[in-house]
Amino acid sequence: MSSPLKGRAFKLGNNINTDYIIAGKYTKTLDYNSLAEHLLEDLDPTLVKRINRGDFLVAGRNFGCGSSREQAAIAIKYAGIGAVLAKSFARIFFRNAINLGLPAITCDTDKIDEGDELLIDIDNFEIRNLTKSLIIPATPLNKVMRDILKEGGLIPYLKRYGDFFL
Amino acid sequence: MKGKTIVEKIISSHSKEEVRAGDFTVVSVDIAMCHDATGPAVIKAFEEFGRKKVWDNEKIVFVLDHAAPPPNERASNLHLMMRDFAERQGIKLFDVGTGVCHQVIMEKGLILPGEIAVGTDSHTCTYGALNAFAFGIGSTDMSGVFLTGKIWLKVPQTLKVSLNGGLPKGVYAKDIALKLIRTIGVEGADYLALEFSGDVLSELPMSERFVLSNMSIECGAKAGIMEADLKTLNWLKGKARRRFSPIRSDGDANFIDEIHINCSTLEPLVAIPHSVDNVHPVKEVEGTEIDQIFIGTCTNGRAEDLEVAAAILAGKKVSPKVRLLICPASQEELFKSLQTGALKALLEAGGILIPPGCGPCPGTHLGIPADGEKVLSTANRNFKGRMGNNKAFIFLASPATCAASALTGKITDPRRFL
Repeated sequence: MSSPLKGRAFKLGNNINTDYIIAGKYTKTLDYNSLAEHLLEDLDPTLVKRINRGDFLVAGRNFGCGSSREQAAIAIKYAGIGAVLAKSFARIFFRNAINLGLPAITCDTDKIDEGDELLIDIDNFEIRNLTKSLIIPATPLNKVMRDILKEGGLIPYLKRYGDFFL
Repeated sequence: MKGKTIVEKIISSHSKEEVRAGDFTVVSVDIAMCHDATGPAVIKAFEEFGRKKVWDNEKIVFVLDHAAPPPNERASNLHLMMRDFAERQGIKLFDVGTGVCHQVIMEKGLILPGEIAVGTDSHTCTYGALNAFAFGIGSTDMSGVFLTGKIWLKVPQTLKVSLNGGLPKGVYAKDIALKLIRTIGVEGADYLALEFSGDVLSELPMSERFVLSNMSIECGAKAGIMEADLKTLNWLKGKARRRFSPIRSDGDANFIDEIHINCSTLEPLVAIPHSVDNVHPVKEVEGTEIDQIFIGTCTNGRAEDLEVAAAILAGKKVSPKVRLLICPASQEELFKSLQTGALKALLEAGGILIPPGCGPCPGTHLGIPADGEKVLSTANRNFKGRMGNNKAFIFLASPATCAASALTGKITDPRRFL
C-alpha cells in the first residue's frame, strides 16, 4: 500500500511534447535539479516557481510526445511533481515516468480544473477531486508497470527481481 | 488462427513464447544504441545496479552526434564519460564526426532484417526500413537492457500504409510522410506499428524509405517497418557481417486498419509551426520569407538528398537573405557527396558545411535561429523551441523544397526548378 498523494492541479493542454517539457539545449547534464529549473519553460516560465512539492501536472491528450529524452520525466520528478495525469500519454514518456517511479495516470482530466485539490490513491487507480467532490476513475496499469511503480522505479525493481516478471 | 504481421513474427522470434498483438512479453535485443544526449543518463542509471559488466558489450554501440563537436565543457565532459565507460566495457564508440547515430548504425551493418534494436532516441524507428523492429526507449529502460539484454513490451497492432499510384515529379518520401501525419495526426499511430507497402514503396530507393520509417514516430508509432526486397538486400551488401532472415507478414495477417495513399495526387507539402501534423501544400504558404534553411539530419541528410538539392542549386547562388546550412548525415554520406560533386555544387552556391551529426536540429548548437526568425528544414520536428529558440518558427519540407526556397529566400515550389 502506498499512501495517497495530495496536491493541486496545474492544467496543461494537448500534445505537450518533450521539447516543451525540457528544451534540448538544457539536456546535456547529469545535474537533474538543473533540469527541473527549466521545466515547461517555453510554455510558461513562471510555472516552476508556482509548484509546491506534491502538486500534479494535469494534461489533455498525448502528453510527452516527441523525443525519447528521459530528461523530460526527470525534470518533472525533480521539480517535485507528485504525479502526471493525462487523457493519454505518448508511449515512451509513459514508460520513462513509471521507470523513474513517477506515477503517470490516465484518466478523464476534463473533470479537473486549474488549482483543484486532488487526492490520488495509486493502488486503487482512483482520483478524488476534493474541490469538486468528484471521484474520477483511472485506467489501471499493466502488471509489470504496477510492480515497477510499487518498487519506486525500474532500478529498484531490477535490483530486487533481477529480471522482468510479467 | 489468422496469420501474423512482421512485427508479431520478429517479436515472437526474440521471445520465449509465440505472441500476438496485445500480448505482453520480454524480448532479447540484438543491438542497443545510445548517443551523447541520453547515454550519460544510461551510464548513471546502470551504475546504480552495482554491476561491473554490461550483459554483452558487443551488442551495445555508442555514437557521439548530438553535441558534436561539443560546444561547451559540459557536453565535452559527458563525451569523456561515455568514452571512459566504452573503453572500460569494451563497447564500440563512434566518435564526433562519424555522423547521426541512426545513419551510422545502419551503414555499419549493425542492424539487419528480422532483428530487434532499441535506442535511446525516438528516431530509432528509422531501422524499420531495413525490416528490423526498432524503437526508441528512455535511459532507465536502456540501463535495464545493459543489465539483462532484454526489455518487456506490449506487442503492437499494425496499421498498414499502402502507397500506390506513382509519385509525381517534385514529390518525395518527405511529402508522403507529411501527408500521412496530416491524415492521422500526431497521435494517430500511438501504440501501433506502421507497415509500409505498395507499388510506390517498391520503387523508392532506400534513402527515401528511411524517411518514411524515420518520420513514423511523428504520428506516435512504435515502429515504421517494411519488407526487405532486392533493394534492401543490395543496400546491405558489403555491410552485413552476420546471417539474417527477412520477415514478411502473412497474407492473412491481422492489421488493425489499412490506409491507402494515392501518391499520384500528392504535391510538395510543408509542416508549418509548431506541429508536424500542421501540414499545408507549398502553394498555400509560398512566398513566406525564410531566414535559415537546413538540409541534413537522420531524416534527409543522405547523399541522395544532397544530390536532389544540388540539382536545383548547381551553378546558381543562394538568396543573400538566407543562410543555407548543409549537414551530411554521416561521414560516409559526406564522402559520397564529394564524389558525386553534389557537395561542391552546394558550397559553391553558398551553402555552409556543418560536420556530420545532428547539427542544429535538436537545438544544441551550429545554427540556433534568432527571435522571430523562420527556418525551413529537412528535419522531422518543428516543435516550438526545438532548434534552441522558442521565439523562432520551424517549417519542415523535402530537400527539393528547401533547395528551391534557398534560391528565392522564400518558401518555393521545387517543381519550378525541375
